[in-house]
Amino acid sequence: MAALTETIALAREDRVPRTTPSRGADALFRAAAYGCAILVLLVLVGILASIAYGGWPAFREFGFGFLTSPAWNVGTEQYGALVAVIGTLASALIALLIGVPLSLGIAVYLTQLCPGWARRPVAMTIELLAAVPSIIYGMWGLFIFAPLFARFVQVPVSNLVEGLPVVGTLLYARVPSGVGILTAGIILAIMIVPFVASIARDMLDQIPTILRESAYGIGCTTWEVVRHVLVPQASVSIIGAIMLGLGRALGETMAVTFVIGNANRLSASIFDPGSTIASRIANEFNEADGMQLNALMALGCILFVITFVVLIIARLLTRRVKVA
Amino acid sequence: MDATTPMAAMHAAPVSRVRSSRRVADRVLRVSCFAATLIGAVVLGSILLMLIIEGLRGITPTLLTQPTPGPGSEGGGIANAVLGSLVLTFIGIVVATPVGVMAGTFLAEYGRGSKLAELVRFLNDILLSAPSILIGLFVYTLMVRPMGTYSGWAGGVALAIIATPVIVRTTEDMLRLVPGSMREAGAALGAPASTVIRQVTWRAASAGIVTGIILALARIAGETAPLLFTALNNNSWFSPNLMGGIANLPVMIYQFALSPYPNWQQLAWAGALLITATILALSVVARFVLSPKRH
Repeated sequence: MAALTETIALAREDRVPRTTPSRGADALFRAAAYGCAILVLLVLVGILASIAYGGWPAFREFGFGFLTSPAWNVGTEQYGALVAVIGTLASALIALLIGVPLSLGIAVYLTQLCPGWARRPVAMTIELLAAVPSIIYGMWGLFIFAPLFARFVQVPVSNLVEGLPVVGTLLYARVPSGVGILTAGIILAIMIVPFVASIARDMLDQIPTILRESAYGIGCTTWEVVRHVLVPQASVSIIGAIMLGLGRALGETMAVTFVIGNANRLSASIFDPGSTIASRIANEFNEADGMQLNALMALGCILFVITFVVLIIARLLTRRVKVA
Repeated sequence: MDATTPMAAMHAAPVSRVRSSRRVADRVLRVSCFAATLIGAVVLGSILLMLIIEGLRGITPTLLTQPTPGPGSEGGGIANAVLGSLVLTFIGIVVATPVGVMAGTFLAEYGRGSKLAELVRFLNDILLSAPSILIGLFVYTLMVRPMGTYSGWAGGVALAIIATPVIVRTTEDMLRLVPGSMREAGAALGAPASTVIRQVTWRAASAGIVTGIILALARIAGETAPLLFTALNNNSWFSPNLMGGIANLPVMIYQFALSPYPNWQQLAWAGALLITATILALSVVARFVLSPKRH
C-alpha cells in the first residue's frame, strides 16, 4: 500500500514539474511575447516602406501627374495611375451597391426570419462562401458567370439602350464578352457578402431581445422592426462592416484579374473591360523592370493608402463592438 | 390595434390602405431577405457543382504521380504543384504559429491595457484584411530582389505574413475567455507569469488556439496573389532546394486555366477541385466541429 502511494506520488511529480523556471527564463518568455508583438508592427511598417521605396522613382519622375494621367505605355515609358485607380474605385463601388443589400438581407433573414432548425446550415453555407479561394471565384466568374451574363444581360441591355443618351454609353457593350468592370463588381459583391453579412448578423444578434419584442408587442411588422428598431441600433457598426467589405473589394486581386478584361482604356461603359490596381500588378509585375516596375510599385503605394484609410475607418467604427 | 398604431396615426390615411401597405412592405422585406440568402446559397452551390463536374473530368491516373507537363505536351499531372503547395503552406504555418501565438499572448496577458497593445491590436486587425498582393510586393522587395531569384522561402514567408494576424486575433480572443481566477490560482501557488501562461491559460484555451491555426491554414492554402512574385511556378519536379521558382497549386491553376492547351486546363480544374475541397474541409472542421459553441 505504501509502495502504491509512493508510485502515485512519484508519477504526479513526473507530470507536473516542481521546479519553476528561473527568473531569466521567465523574462525571456516575456521578451519573446513582446518581440512578436513588435514584429507584427514592423511588418506593417515594412510593407509601407518597401512599396514606397519601390514606387519612389515613379513618383519623382511623373510627380503629381502620375495620379491624373491615363497613359500606360511600356514603349515610351509613360505611366499614369488614372485608369487603374478609376477601375479600382468603380468596381469596388459596384460591389458595395450590390453586395451590401444582399448582405443585410442575409443578416436579417438569419437573425429574424429563419426557422430555428435551418439557422445553422444556412449560416454555414454563407460562411463557407468566405472560405472559397479567390482564384476559384475568378474561374467561376470567367467560365460560368461571364457567358451567362453576356448572353442574358449584356446583349439584351446593349440592344435596348443603343443610341439613347447617357444610358446608351453607360450600358453599351461594344464587344459583349461578359467580362468587364460590372462583372468584376458583381463577383466582388459576392466575395464581400460573407464578411459583411457575418458582422451585420453579430450586430443584430447583440441588440437586446426586449427591444425587438416590445416593438412586435405594439403591433409592428417585421419590416417596421427592422427599419425603425434594428437598423438605428446597429447603424454605426453596419457602416463599419460595409467599410470592411470595401477594403476587401479594393484589394482583391485574382478574381478581378480573371474577369475585368485587363484593358488600359478609359471607358464610359461599365460593360467594357478595364483594370484595377491589383489586377494590373498581378498581370505585369513578373515581366516588368526599370520604370515599369517602379510605376507598378507606385500603384501598390496608392492602393495601400486607399485601403488602409478605408480599413482604419472600418476598424474604428466596429471596434466598440468587436472586442470580445 | 388598427388605427392606434403609431404608423397608422402618422400617415393619417384610410385604415384599410395603410394596413395593406404595411403588409406589402413586410412581404417585400421577407421575400427579398429570403431571396438574398437564396442567391448566396445558389452561388456556393454553382461553384461547387462547377468544380465537381469539371474537376472530376480532369482526374487521371497520373494526376498525383507526374509533374506538370510542358507547353503542348500530353498527359502529366500536378504532383509537383501539390507537393510544393504543401511545403509552402507548411513553412507559412510553422513560421506564423509561434509568432502569432506569442503576439496574441502579449495582447491578452502582458500587454493588457497598455498603449502598445492597443496599437498592435489595431494594426493587426488592419493587417488581417490587407490586400494580399501588397504583401507579395513587400516580400518581393525584402527577399526576392536581394537574393536575385524567386524562391520557396519567399513564398513561405509571404504566406506566414498572411497567416500571422489570423492566429494573433484568435489566440487573443481565446485567451481572453479564460477566467482571471484561473490565472490568480496559478499565481497564488507561486508560479511565475510564464508558467501560468504556459500551463494554465494556454491549456485552457488550446482548442480555440488550434482552431485559429486551422483557419489560418485554410486562409493561406488558396492564396495566389502573394505567390505570383515570390514562389512563382515551374514545371519541373519538386526539389528540396527551395531556391528558384517552386511549383504550387494556386499559381499553377492561374496559369493553366488561362492557357490555350486543353490538357493544361483540365489539370487546372482538377487542382481547383482538390484545393477547394481541402480548404472547405479545413474550414468546416475549424468553424463547426472544433468550436461548436459559436452560433
